[in-house]
Amino acid sequence: MTAHSTKKHGSLLVKDARTQRRNNAELRFRAYGLTAVIVGILALIVLLVSIFSNGISAFQQTKLMITLELPEAKLDQKGQRDLDVMKKVTTIGYSKVLGNGLIDQLDRLGIATDLKDKDVREILSKESAATLRDVVLADPSLIGTTVTMEFLVNGRIDGYFKGRVDRASAELDKNVKPGQLDIADALTEHGLMYTQFNLDFILAPDASDQRPEAAGLGVAILGSIYMMLVVLFVALPVGVAASIYLEEFAPKNRLTDVIEVNISNLAAVPSIVYGILGLAIFINMAQFNQSSPLVGGLVLTLMTLPRIIIPARAALKSVPPSIRDAALGVGASRMQTVFHHVLPLAAPGILTGVIIGLGQALGETAPLLLIGMVAFVREYPAAFTADAGLFGEASTALPVQVFNWTQRADPAFVERASGAIIVLLVFLLIMNALAIFLRRRYERRW
Amino acid sequence: MSIAKTTISTLAVCALAGSAYARDNVQVAGSSTVLPYASIVAEAFGENFDFPTPVVESGGSSSGLKRFCEGLGENTIDIANASRAIKEKEVKACAEAGVTDIIEVRIGYDGIVFASGIEGNQFAFTPSDWFLALSDTILVDGAMVPNTNTTWADVNSVMPTQPLQAFIPGTKHGTREVFEEKVILEGCKTTGALDALVAAHGGNTKQAESDCMALRTDGVSVDIDGDYTETLARIEANQDGIGVFGLAFYQNNTNKLQVGTMSGVVPSVESISSGEYPVSRPLYFYIKAAHLDVIPGLKDFAEFFVSDDIAGPDGPLAEYGLVSDPNLKSTQELVATETKM
Repeated sequence: MTAHSTKKHGSLLVKDARTQRRNNAELRFRAYGLTAVIVGILALIVLLVSIFSNGISAFQQTKLMITLELPEAKLDQKGQRDLDVMKKVTTIGYSKVLGNGLIDQLDRLGIATDLKDKDVREILSKESAATLRDVVLADPSLIGTTVTMEFLVNGRIDGYFKGRVDRASAELDKNVKPGQLDIADALTEHGLMYTQFNLDFILAPDASDQRPEAAGLGVAILGSIYMMLVVLFVALPVGVAASIYLEEFAPKNRLTDVIEVNISNLAAVPSIVYGILGLAIFINMAQFNQSSPLVGGLVLTLMTLPRIIIPARAALKSVPPSIRDAALGVGASRMQTVFHHVLPLAAPGILTGVIIGLGQALGETAPLLLIGMVAFVREYPAAFTADAGLFGEASTALPVQVFNWTQRADPAFVERASGAIIVLLVFLLIMNALAIFLRRRYERRW
Repeated sequence: MSIAKTTISTLAVCALAGSAYARDNVQVAGSSTVLPYASIVAEAFGENFDFPTPVVESGGSSSGLKRFCEGLGENTIDIANASRAIKEKEVKACAEAGVTDIIEVRIGYDGIVFASGIEGNQFAFTPSDWFLALSDTILVDGAMVPNTNTTWADVNSVMPTQPLQAFIPGTKHGTREVFEEKVILEGCKTTGALDALVAAHGGNTKQAESDCMALRTDGVSVDIDGDYTETLARIEANQDGIGVFGLAFYQNNTNKLQVGTMSGVVPSVESISSGEYPVSRPLYFYIKAAHLDVIPGLKDFAEFFVSDDIAGPDGPLAEYGLVSDPNLKSTQELVATETKM
């Protein structure tokens, strides 16, 4: 007792051992917290730096300007400009015409090389023959004239301009020869080979393993947009209706308790489970098309629903009961109360939840594996066709395209995959920024 | 009220969309080894024909064939790619679901190569080296004992003293089967371990063979369940590692990998097509004959796939790493006449 009382009179200015210990504990805790934050930020920085250093070059592409003749003897032997006959000449035929055009151009410019003609032709992308064929078939009057056009170059030559390929690695690489790099340098000096912004990376469809330089995200972006539309138009009304009913109308009994627990549990179910469910219900039972954004969107809807209902209910709950009481007090029905007063006030919170739910759905890959969306798709899916119905044509999605490209053998796809991640991140950033904006702008606090 | 109306109309639209499910593109699924070839052909097909580009999915030979055997109809796939021949069991499952007429098309051969990091030692392997390196039991002085080899020099004194570390395809890959049968089992035979095991099992060859192919589990051999890109990443991280790759993958990454010889033969399109290089396998695709008249472009796609311009020795598939089939002519005939299995 006496020892205690002497301690009680210790000065506030002089820290005793116990205070010192407590202060040290606090300092240590702060240091731990700060370390945790720094580790998190460092991990994020490493991730972003690696993605951006690998991927930013996907937004640039090397192209080659060629002036070439389009010989009638090769492209339309009959000379009748009949499209059906002209289509018989395949891209293999066009690639020869194009290759010879390049060789002629090198002769004209006086660029000497000891490469074989075949190796010179390979400077051009395999996609370029298809580009030329499309142009000629669209305008047959070009045949017999001399045209100047821009073509993609081979992925390895493109890599040379982006620092991925150099002479040392070209010596070892079977797919590129140092002589091709010499030609590329000479063409660059003449201003005919240049690297420019690559809009096709965002708009063009995927390309096969032999043409990494032509691969784009067009189909994947379109597929993702379609799926988000399905999720938005199905999950939003269903989710909001469910949460309004549960929050405002449902009796509080055992059954609603069970439903409530189930919704929380469903939000934590691994997403692949929804893929299995989607395969069974939408493809095997309802006979929807495989690989279609409709099925993908519905599967993602199932996955997103609980993640929308939970924040929507929280938003409804946060509207003060006095608002309801006042509306009911002046004679509004319960339905009018909800739709005229409670819902408008809860809307910003609900929308925030919806947008964050959509963001999660946008980045989801696992359930799409099971419903055939991890595929090589080159045709842009139409939103509606008489045959395939609404959103019924095959497509891929952004995260799936990343997954696809990381599995390809050609190292140039590493750049493409990282570029696709950047596009996905930009989309997510926009959606989250929109959610924050809505919350800041419209949310009311009581 | 408007929300309720929207909900109902949305559901109605979805139901409508489901009632029409016609499809005008060819749908392909299956082996991830065949995937790059199939997508190269699909791309060229879409460019040169008026039909839409076929949709090609991967997922493995077994899952592709399983989906192939789900039945007939427009929401099932038309073509299954496989890095092995269809099994008796699968043909039966197909028949039960109504898929009775199947056309088997062999597109060519795929070589399996053993490659290490470009900066490391050079290797010349034989099947018995791989058996002695990776099998969990080996024959020493007439008895089967647990494998304790730790370096390649232990396995074969002419090899460098480099720690044993192999990255091999996981069991879900078709490549693993070929590796086991053509390399490990072969090594088991040549080292005499197979005879010893057959004797130990009282003449039960099947049991002896499966014992032969049991690999050690002490971390020397690592199963890679992902793709070759993962194997490559593991080798880049561990220069002692030796990986099992498809020839096409190696040919696309010759600036990072050096290939080992097998029984003195360097793997290449030529040595595989001549049959000198021992570790190769045929690649197939299977067509549902009943879909030929329903899905526009299906037959054109199949014929285009095996045409000389595509699958021939100078075509894009050979350029990518497929070893073209010397009997391509008979395959073309088989597709043209729709000869069923």
